[in-house]
Amino acid sequence: MAEIKNFTINFGPQHPSAHGVLRLILELDGEVVVRADPHIGLLHRGTEKLAETRTWVQSVPYMDRLDYVSMMCNEHAYCLAIERLLGIEVPIRAQYIRVMFDEITRILNHLLNIGTHALDIGAMTMVLYTFREREDLMDAYEAVSGARMHAAYYRPGGVYRDLPDEMPKYTVSKYKDEKRVKELNRAREGSLLDFLEDFCERFEGYLDDYHTLLTDNRIWKQRTVGIGVVSPEEALAWGFTGPMLRGSGVAWDLRKKQPYEVYDQLEFDIPVGTNGDCYDRYLVRMEEMRQSNRIIKQCIDWLRKNPGPVITDNYKVAPPPREKMKTGMEELIHHFKLMTEGIHVPPGEVYAAVEHPKGEFGVYAISDGANKPYRVKLRAPGFAHLSAMDKMARGHLIADVVAIIGTMDIVFGEIDR
Amino acid sequence: MKRTEALVQRLRNRFGDQVVVQEHHGEVTMTVDKDNYLAIARTLRDDPDFAFEQLIDLSGIDYATYANRPWPGPRFAVAVHLLSLTHNVRLRLKTFAVDDDWPTLPSLIEIWPSVDWYEREAFDLFGILFEGHPDLRRILTDYGFVGHPLRKDFPVTGHVEMRYDPEKGRVVYQPVTIEPRENTPRIVREANYGDV
Repeated sequence: MAEIKNFTINFGPQHPSAHGVLRLILELDGEVVVRADPHIGLLHRGTEKLAETRTWVQSVPYMDRLDYVSMMCNEHAYCLAIERLLGIEVPIRAQYIRVMFDEITRILNHLLNIGTHALDIGAMTMVLYTFREREDLMDAYEAVSGARMHAAYYRPGGVYRDLPDEMPKYTVSKYKDEKRVKELNRAREGSLLDFLEDFCERFEGYLDDYHTLLTDNRIWKQRTVGIGVVSPEEALAWGFTGPMLRGSGVAWDLRKKQPYEVYDQLEFDIPVGTNGDCYDRYLVRMEEMRQSNRIIKQCIDWLRKNPGPVITDNYKVAPPPREKMKTGMEELIHHFKLMTEGIHVPPGEVYAAVEHPKGEFGVYAISDGANKPYRVKLRAPGFAHLSAMDKMARGHLIADVVAIIGTMDIVFGEIDR
Repeated sequence: MKRTEALVQRLRNRFGDQVVVQEHHGEVTMTVDKDNYLAIARTLRDDPDFAFEQLIDLSGIDYATYANRPWPGPRFAVAVHLLSLTHNVRLRLKTFAVDDDWPTLPSLIEIWPSVDWYEREAFDLFGILFEGHPDLRRILTDYGFVGHPLRKDFPVTGHVEMRYDPEKGRVVYQPVTIEPRENTPRIVREANYGDV
């Protein structure tokens, strides 16, 4: 009889469906995975070490670059940690703006996840549709912060500035004629809130379109139903959070259970799965987008009616307004101290967590009273999810590994930090 | 924050003087000795009074230069963040690794399997060794990396840099050529400085 040997292959680090730089060493018995050993760290940039050498505020832009498809949620956890250490209150309008952008970010993230997951396992069309909607949301990012992705919009004490009254518009070029520009600018005539309201109206229909494309698609179901099944007990033991945990039927969402900002005043539901397979997690993400859309609508209503400050008036934390800085001595000194030395955060340690689109994103910050953090530990949801790769992939076919990577919603910015 | 107060009470009743329980910023921190660490962790998961089903995070800490002063106690610590879905509370479990030159702690892998990569990370970045961990390899740094980068005596620029050598036709390592630079000095002010 011929000798049968297991076969070891390298999956990645330059594989398109590895979602970045995952090097996966797969031990195969025929086409069946016997062992999967992910090698990570190829995108390690030492964010935690760098944060120790920067002032507290200077590290906010580093947070964008962790999970680079849900930028503002990362900033949110970091700002919450600093605010809790300082013991300051955030103005209510800033809280609504943060919640609104958190939910925009959630839609951005899930759109990318579902689009690329479908692309990886054979549904080419999906990604074209989801990226069309991402474009609109990134325009909202741009309108508010000036950057399409790495916004650095949340600051300790609030947000950098109030929502703009007008949207950036398209201009006629050799690629876009007048008719097309007019069509694109139709929703951009009013303020950012008008633009988002128009988006929310349209988005319900888009979601229905996505359902017709994927939900009953025979190939999609063959590739996802019953693949990567995780029982609720396993999900808890392996440290799963977010859609990975809810897909297994555990109704746990920090927005409901440990509400931060104004989530306790908003109406939304938490979808949970029943089977804990890739298909259920897909359905959970789809429904989460619908719920996010609901939250955004409520925030828009509130923000229209309630003007007010968007950053704390404690000048030891946030810089004073420009006019005051130019005319008042006190404010000038505060501005100078903040810009040269930064915030002094009282000694202590906190763990601030938010319900990030991928799961629980936490920032464990230790301060010794200096103008720089003593230690910042970033708890990335994807890190825990990927660590269960071996357990989830074992016994599956090699093609299913791609489906499992997709359902984990892996982004290497946050895993490697 | 009633839930945390109740938790503090339960922890004090159960563990007595084996532990130090503190509550700050609405968060509960429990410091335990290395010897009791494993037994207490097991109780925290299995006892229905605590029911910490999930280990959210494990983080190494190097206290060597805390507050810009020499640190009196053991230098390395580990902070574990636990979450109980049943009681909806969090707990931070802290332990100091007694020996500064050879910091070792028992591994929690038997209790919470999710600790696997977190312990590998703490080993990689701080050099803390976890006894009983089946696969304590480096995780985030390069293959063949020397040193533990998050230790306070490890410079931000590192010790070696990598470049392609056209003569040798391969990548070579050499001592770093970057000058260390600090734009904003690190300052710890005396208490009540500037009426804050």
